[in-house]
Amino acid sequence: MNTVVAQLQRQFQDYLVSLYQQGFLDNQFTELRKLQDEGTPDFVAEVVSLFFDDCSKLINSMSRSLERPENVDFKQVDSGVHQLKGSSSSVGARRVKNVCISFKECCDVQNREGCLRCLQQVDYEYKMLKTKLQDLFNLEQQIVQAGGAIPQVNIN
Amino acid sequence: MEVCNCIEPQWPADELLMKYQYISDFFIAVAYFSIPLELIYFVKKSAVFPYRWVLVQFGAFIVLCGATHLINLWTFTTHSRTVALVMTTAKVLTAVVSCATALMLVHIIPDLLSVKTRELFLKNKAAELDREMGLIRTQEETGRHVRMLTHEIRSTLDRHTILKTTLVELGRTLALEECALWMPTRTGLELQLSYTLRQQHPVEYTVPIQLPVINQVFGTSRAVKISPNSPVARLRPVSGKYLLGEVVAVRVPLLHLSNFQINDWPELSTKRYALMVLMLPSDSARQWHVHELELVEVVADQVAVALSHAAILEESMRARDLLMEQNVALDIARREAETAIRARNDFLAVMNHEMRTPMHAIIALSSLLQETELTPEQRLMVETVLKSSSLLATLMNDVLDLSRLEDGSLQLELGTFNLHTLFREVLNLIKPIAVVKKLPITLNLAPDLPEFVVGDEKRLMQIILNIVGNAVKFSKQGSITVTALVTKSDNRAPPDFFVVPTGSHFYLRVKVKDLGAGINPQDIPKLFTKFAQTQSLATRSSGGSGLGLAISKRFVNLMEGNIWIESDGVGKGCTAIFDVKLGISNESKQSGIPKVPANPQHANFAGLKVLVMDENGVSRMVTKGLLVHLGCEVTTVSSSEECLRVVSHEHKVVFMDVCMPGVENYQIAIRIHEKFTKRHQRPLLVALTGNTDKSTKEKCMSFGLDGVLLKPVSLDNMRNVLSDLLEHRVLYEAM
Repeated sequence: MNTVVAQLQRQFQDYLVSLYQQGFLDNQFTELRKLQDEGTPDFVAEVVSLFFDDCSKLINSMSRSLERPENVDFKQVDSGVHQLKGSSSSVGARRVKNVCISFKECCDVQNREGCLRCLQQVDYEYKMLKTKLQDLFNLEQQIVQAGGAIPQVNIN
Repeated sequence: MEVCNCIEPQWPADELLMKYQYISDFFIAVAYFSIPLELIYFVKKSAVFPYRWVLVQFGAFIVLCGATHLINLWTFTTHSRTVALVMTTAKVLTAVVSCATALMLVHIIPDLLSVKTRELFLKNKAAELDREMGLIRTQEETGRHVRMLTHEIRSTLDRHTILKTTLVELGRTLALEECALWMPTRTGLELQLSYTLRQQHPVEYTVPIQLPVINQVFGTSRAVKISPNSPVARLRPVSGKYLLGEVVAVRVPLLHLSNFQINDWPELSTKRYALMVLMLPSDSARQWHVHELELVEVVADQVAVALSHAAILEESMRARDLLMEQNVALDIARREAETAIRARNDFLAVMNHEMRTPMHAIIALSSLLQETELTPEQRLMVETVLKSSSLLATLMNDVLDLSRLEDGSLQLELGTFNLHTLFREVLNLIKPIAVVKKLPITLNLAPDLPEFVVGDEKRLMQIILNIVGNAVKFSKQGSITVTALVTKSDNRAPPDFFVVPTGSHFYLRVKVKDLGAGINPQDIPKLFTKFAQTQSLATRSSGGSGLGLAISKRFVNLMEGNIWIESDGVGKGCTAIFDVKLGISNESKQSGIPKVPANPQHANFAGLKVLVMDENGVSRMVTKGLLVHLGCEVTTVSSSEECLRVVSHEHKVVFMDVCMPGVENYQIAIRIHEKFTKRHQRPLLVALTGNTDKSTKEKCMSFGLDGVLLKPVSLDNMRNVLSDLLEHRVLYEAM
């Protein structure tokens, strides 16, 4: 059994490291993981799922605003981007955050095309992250079910 | 017929004689009868006559005599036998009574005579008592006068009034013509006429004190009659009166406290007197009576007492005035001194600051210059500049420290520190110089020396540095040993200093022994005085202001310790020893790091109530998780209105997200300030922002926020921030 656990743990570790290396996650995610303990075992999962919900809601509302080219409510878009940026930086979703930065720039210059592009990218990124994190959580659960402890991964 | 033996009256020849006899007998009888009646009448009238019985006898005797004579009337003619019988009875009775009376009188008459003598005696006695009564009455009056006089005299404490009153009252009581007071002059050789009763402006004239009459008066405490012609009594020009009234003089002792016009005259051991002269009116036959003399004597005594009281009062009032003046002067002096001290402190503070700024510039730039490429001469010059300016900076610090130490305004800054590390640091600082001078330094730390102690780390280091530095400075060769140990009472300590280790404190003893120049034992006391230096040739080259030891001594004293130097003489090295009191810390020996909780959840924020305001749900959740992890009790709100509703004085910190553009977010800070007017009730306000620029920081400060945090906040960051915040109530994260 131990070897299974150890194997799973190694798998988990490698996967997590790869996520950092690929830029999906940054330090903030590590911090988030630090906040998880016996008292709050699902903290990270909760925060992350909230984030994804938030993302989808924001993306929907922004897409609606950007729909008609005549009257684009850039203010609304701007606030949405701002929210998204804040959320993504809170959870450590690096790629999403980066897209938000460029999204904001497009919004500032009221570039609808640019905004649409960014919106698409954001959508793609968050969905990608969602899948990845889902895999990660599955791995976690497997470890826990196998009786092991989730390893602390130290990213430099 | 019986022969009648009675003589037959020869009527015709002696009829005339018979008639006269007859009439006389009749009158005798009448008188004899009336006398007792008179007696009875008068005795009845007076009730006191003690000899009633005698009177009765007497009365009976007279009555019987009268009866005899009456009966005799019938015997002139022939009479019957009954008449003769009655006559005989009457005569017999008369004889008996008269004999009895005669016998009685023998007893009575001496008594009656003695009554007369007694009466005379009583009359004399009565006269005597009368006289004595008169005497007592006069004495009583005298007493009354004296009391009144005394009262008058003693009712005032002003000596002029006293004397004037005396003279006036005496004059009135005794009905004097003149009354005068002679006072001894400054020199004590003359008596000066000071006060008189009648004359308004007494002529200022004096008599020498050695006159026989004056000596006579001064020699006794009684009033002495003197001649009206003596110099003291001749107060006015003799205006041709025939008989000058009798004069009496009495001395008035001037008790040593009464110093009339002789204030700064040294206290004379002999008693000094004034002379009071009283003159009865001229041309009256009055004489000085004893009681009057007594009155005068009593008054003189009272006057003396009253005068001394007046003098005492004057003295005490003068002393009090003097004291008040002195108090005022002292007060002024004290205020001046305080002003001076304040001025000096202000000056020092300002000058200190003003001097330090250029000093820092010089030192900093010289150091920088040292780092650049320099020719050897330039390097030498720069090093000299640097050394001199360091010395100057040290000197300034020393002077400021010393002045603060002397004021007593310096206080130790206590803290926990590692004693062993301190010693090692000092050694590291000194080592370079010691190595250059080839003086090996050894450090011996006693095994029982506590590692973590409570005390003023900076000042202790200053003391050790100063002592060890001196050792290095004044040694040319040899080695230097620094020993640190815990001291119990050691017989090498100066005798007036006893070391008593208490529970949580101990005394650290540091001995610095060097084998250098040594000190002349005579110079040792001077070592700790400011600015004193033992100027020997060898030490001339060393710098320093001579303040180091003085400052060290004062620090040591502040730490309730003692410092002294022992030396065996010049050239034999010396040992500097000091004891200071330090507290023992209950820190664990291992961690030198301030408390890091093993379990992050049990940071010292347990139960700390905080409020998180963030519109963004995700970041809100993350912040909440962070704070919960640290043990806080977190309430979250998503808008300013909700925040204002929820915030209470129980919340110690409010984290507010100010990422949204515009100033609306900051308004909440103002509103919270308004809501909590008392500073200690107001929760600390921290802004969470993604912006790190200066303008954000300034904006936060201007809106009254206590701190700014950069999002996203790491766990360690948040922990440090919270502890900093709670400790100092303000935080501006270095950005």
